[in-house]
Amino acid sequence: MPSVTAVAQSSSVVVEIGGLPIRLRCDNPAFLLQIEERYAGYVGSSNDAAFDFEIELAPSGSVSNDEDVRVTWDSGRWLMQRGDFRAEWNPSTARGRIQQTSNPYSLDSVLRIVHTLLLAREGGFLLHASSAIRNGRAFLFSGVSGAGKTTMARLAPPDAALLTDEISYVTWRDGRYSAVGTPFFGELARVGENLQAPIEALYLLAKGSENKIEPIVGADAVRGLLGNILFFARDPEFVKLVFDSALYFVKHIPVRRLTFVPDTSVWELIV
Amino acid sequence: MNNSRYVARSTAIAARALGDETMVMSAASSTLFTLDEVASVIWEAADGVTPLDEIVANKICAQYDIAPEVALKDAEALVENLAEHGILLLSDQPLARSSSSRRES
Repeated sequence: MPSVTAVAQSSSVVVEIGGLPIRLRCDNPAFLLQIEERYAGYVGSSNDAAFDFEIELAPSGSVSNDEDVRVTWDSGRWLMQRGDFRAEWNPSTARGRIQQTSNPYSLDSVLRIVHTLLLAREGGFLLHASSAIRNGRAFLFSGVSGAGKTTMARLAPPDAALLTDEISYVTWRDGRYSAVGTPFFGELARVGENLQAPIEALYLLAKGSENKIEPIVGADAVRGLLGNILFFARDPEFVKLVFDSALYFVKHIPVRRLTFVPDTSVWELIV
Repeated sequence: MNNSRYVARSTAIAARALGDETMVMSAASSTLFTLDEVASVIWEAADGVTPLDEIVANKICAQYDIAPEVALKDAEALVENLAEHGILLLSDQPLARSSSSRRES
């Protein structure tokens, strides 16, 4: 005789990155399962979400090839749009809506945007950088595509905990900068460890014929940092927040040029 | 006939002095500009009501060893360039500056 079982299915998943829990609601259990798998290690308790998004899945045929992200502020809401998603978020109610296809990477993009907006309020930002914790301190390795972010992550020694090979999460809390693990990955296709540590240094990457570290100061440091901060909102107040955050970061954290040969020897300098 | 030109800093920018330089970021394009020492003096003096030639005479020629006509020509080229990028407003009339409203993001 077949048994009858009752399976309790939750209609939401809480994804907590950088200590900011975001509840994602959807009436499609299969998609929620995809979210749980995609953000494994970052799925939190459903009772403590600070932000709430309702996801509406659209037919795959409704996707356009428009790759430009547009983030605008309109009537008390942030509007986020790309070919594969359309989302809005009201900061005062902490609620939002996302229309997207069932591709979880569309959600990835929305979460990145939301986190840039949230972090900007507290002096943090997302950075095109790999990052790792070694000896209790975090090191950031930043650069454009091809600069070596994933290479540095691949070459990391066993005693280094990898936070991300693509998008680093920088917070300014309790009077110090910290790097936090993220599920946002690049070529390495590996979710970062959900850990955090105070930032020791930011390295701007350059491949070369020898390993060497040179200090970068003043405007050059700010330029190097700002060139790698994730920027979505073309909004004067948001730009000012991020700009001020970059200047403040450079005042507190050493910025260095790391020229490196792509082998494990480079990590001998990262201590 | 008054041929004076007036310059004012756009409100759609973020700007901070860093040593002798000034870093300016356009909110519209996120483009970053670095102004050198002399350009920073003009930037600071760009209040919308002081004519550019007066800024050059009082702030540039008074401090730096440069011929007035050369300084004015360089200053005009600079402000036109910055105006093209939308980070400086340029007019034949004095400019009133508006402030943007604050909000929680």
